[in-house]
Amino acid sequence: MDESARPTSRRWPGRFRGPVIASVLLILLVLCLLLSALSAQDWVKTGTSLGVEKVRLAVPDFKPSNNDPQNAALLTTFNNTLWNDLDVSGVVELVSKSFYPLQVPGQPPEVNFLMWNVPPPNAAMLAFGNLGVAAGQLTVQGWLYDVKNTQSPQILGKQYQDTASDAAARMMAHKFADEIIFRLGGGITGIAETQIYFVSDRTGHKEIWAMDYDGSNQRQLTHLGSIALAPRVSPDGSRVAFSSLTKSGWEIMMYSLDLNRTVSFPHMGGTNLSPAWSGDGTKLAFSSSRAGTPEIYVSDASGGNLHRMTTAKGPDVSPVWNRKTNAQIAFVSGRTGLPQIYTMEADGTNQQRMTDQGYAVSPNWAPNGQFLSFAWVRKYGPGEPGASDLYLMDIASKQWVQLTHDGGRNDFPSWSPDGRHIVFQSSRSGKEEIWTMLADGTKVQQLTFTGRNTQPNWSWK
Amino acid sequence: MKLQSIKWSLLIAILGTLLTLGACGKKAAPPPPPPPPAPPAPTASISVSPSSIQTGQSATLTWQTSNATDVSIDGIGAVQPNGSQSVSPTDSTTYHLTAKGTGGSQEATARLTVTQPPPPPPPPAPTVTDEDLFGQNVKDVYFDYDKSDIRADQQSSIQADVAFLNAHANINFTIEGHCDERGSTDYNLALGDKRASAVKDALTSAGVNASRIKTISYGKEKPFCTESNEACWQQNRRGHLVYQK
Repeated sequence: MDESARPTSRRWPGRFRGPVIASVLLILLVLCLLLSALSAQDWVKTGTSLGVEKVRLAVPDFKPSNNDPQNAALLTTFNNTLWNDLDVSGVVELVSKSFYPLQVPGQPPEVNFLMWNVPPPNAAMLAFGNLGVAAGQLTVQGWLYDVKNTQSPQILGKQYQDTASDAAARMMAHKFADEIIFRLGGGITGIAETQIYFVSDRTGHKEIWAMDYDGSNQRQLTHLGSIALAPRVSPDGSRVAFSSLTKSGWEIMMYSLDLNRTVSFPHMGGTNLSPAWSGDGTKLAFSSSRAGTPEIYVSDASGGNLHRMTTAKGPDVSPVWNRKTNAQIAFVSGRTGLPQIYTMEADGTNQQRMTDQGYAVSPNWAPNGQFLSFAWVRKYGPGEPGASDLYLMDIASKQWVQLTHDGGRNDFPSWSPDGRHIVFQSSRSGKEEIWTMLADGTKVQQLTFTGRNTQPNWSWK
Repeated sequence: MKLQSIKWSLLIAILGTLLTLGACGKKAAPPPPPPPPAPPAPTASISVSPSSIQTGQSATLTWQTSNATDVSIDGIGAVQPNGSQSVSPTDSTTYHLTAKGTGGSQEATARLTVTQPPPPPPPPAPTVTDEDLFGQNVKDVYFDYDKSDIRADQQSSIQADVAFLNAHANINFTIEGHCDERGSTDYNLALGDKRASAVKDALTSAGVNASRIKTISYGKEKPFCTESNEACWQQNRRGHLVYQK
């Protein structure tokens, strides 16, 4: 700062120097403060394809293919859903709609390459199409064009048809978005059709709910009128295991998504919490105090063949399988005081502490089996300005990075099946709600707004 | 000469006396004029039946008058010359009737005595239930943050609980483990479970039969106090003993 101020001061006669230097220094100081505030937002980024320039994709609104009166509402749903899916994917850079030409295509012959592949849009890719309702049937045609390759531009051409409804329009947008992401993201399986299971108290009781990954289609699953917590969907998407307060205490319960009702699961006795599926769907890990203190147990998916995995005195809770290998379980233990993240082999051996301080809970294994995400108050104790934030740790090196910095209590991270997104619970808006973000902490979106919504769990596919 | 003058004096005196007496006697003599005919005087009577009531009951006030043009009862106001009315004063009342007529006025009174109803019979002496005794004698046990061991200052509560529970061996009860709002849902449920177990262990090791005790953790799901300060958090970090019916 001083060095940059010096040459400026030479240009001025001596009698002006004092006040001029002072004011220049003041301006520089303000600039420095602004810059440091800006750079404070520049968090560490992690993930795949770092440093790779994203494809510039233009997505003009789909056009009506006929004059059916239902088209307008369905187009709004389709266009908004498609745009949001592509935006939060983080795979592409969406070209702002303000750069688009006035005439946008709805059919391949309407594509004017020169209006798209040069600035201002300067798009590399163009997704376009049309939507129309005829005789109650909704038909969507969509194309993905490489507009820099005018000789052979088509990468993708899709047609979807279903009974006309808002849900159908949304599903078609999800499917088309997943096709685009798969092709432009180097084979990434899209998540647009995935589900998020969570706890909501909006009915007055904590019940298990489900929603589409983008927050739409929120619906109540359980109607127990008690307290239901910690939903975890099975890898095949057929069942949701959760913990609920029953007459005999906290028990693991099972909800069938095929039958749309709870199905029987044996009562274990004691306090039974936080069930977790193995990656092959054949086993459940959970915490049970059936023998005294809360310890980690593993059972078959039916609840039989129960094995105790931990014997430490401290409470052991929140197990989660390494879904890639099924050979490891991460969990939370208070055996040394404040809760810390531990890992062990699936047979209970080789228990290792992963976090070295603070209050660390809610581990969740990334689909690649290499990273754990968890909630951590690193500096914990009286007078410490500790906030509960989400962290990502490389299992092999125990290196970690902080993912959330935006205030509130952040907890219960859960990975999307493509390993690129994390859904979590945050109180940053004033009360606990469910948010998603890319695994590097960007593209943060709030999904729930009604009541308190907690403990999200992302489906496996 | 002297004698002559005395005679004249006597004569004058007698004449004067006679004159005077004559005049006076003549004045008293005429008969009095006949008096005007007197109007009949009003009559009035008032009675109340019954003459004694209990608060809330009513009595009937009945009155008769005659020769009266203007009849009123204090506290009621102008009334018909003859009539009756139901009254239900809250206090003893003297009904004062005034009947005015051209022949004068007449008054009459009737007193209604109001007695307080006898107090309801006292409720039967409450029987002290085991549940009442439990509530009066059993103390909750409070914990430090993130801890589930019994604090030294909570031993007196444990001793009081043990004394009562051993003296009332028929009582079964539940120990609820509670936590403050800080920290995560699942871990707090496990911590609450440990707190409930810690209280159970302290009681059973002092002779309370374990079969009488159920434990449940509520974690931070059912706080006693919802403010975010240490005083409130301390209220929520407890083993709460609940009588089991």
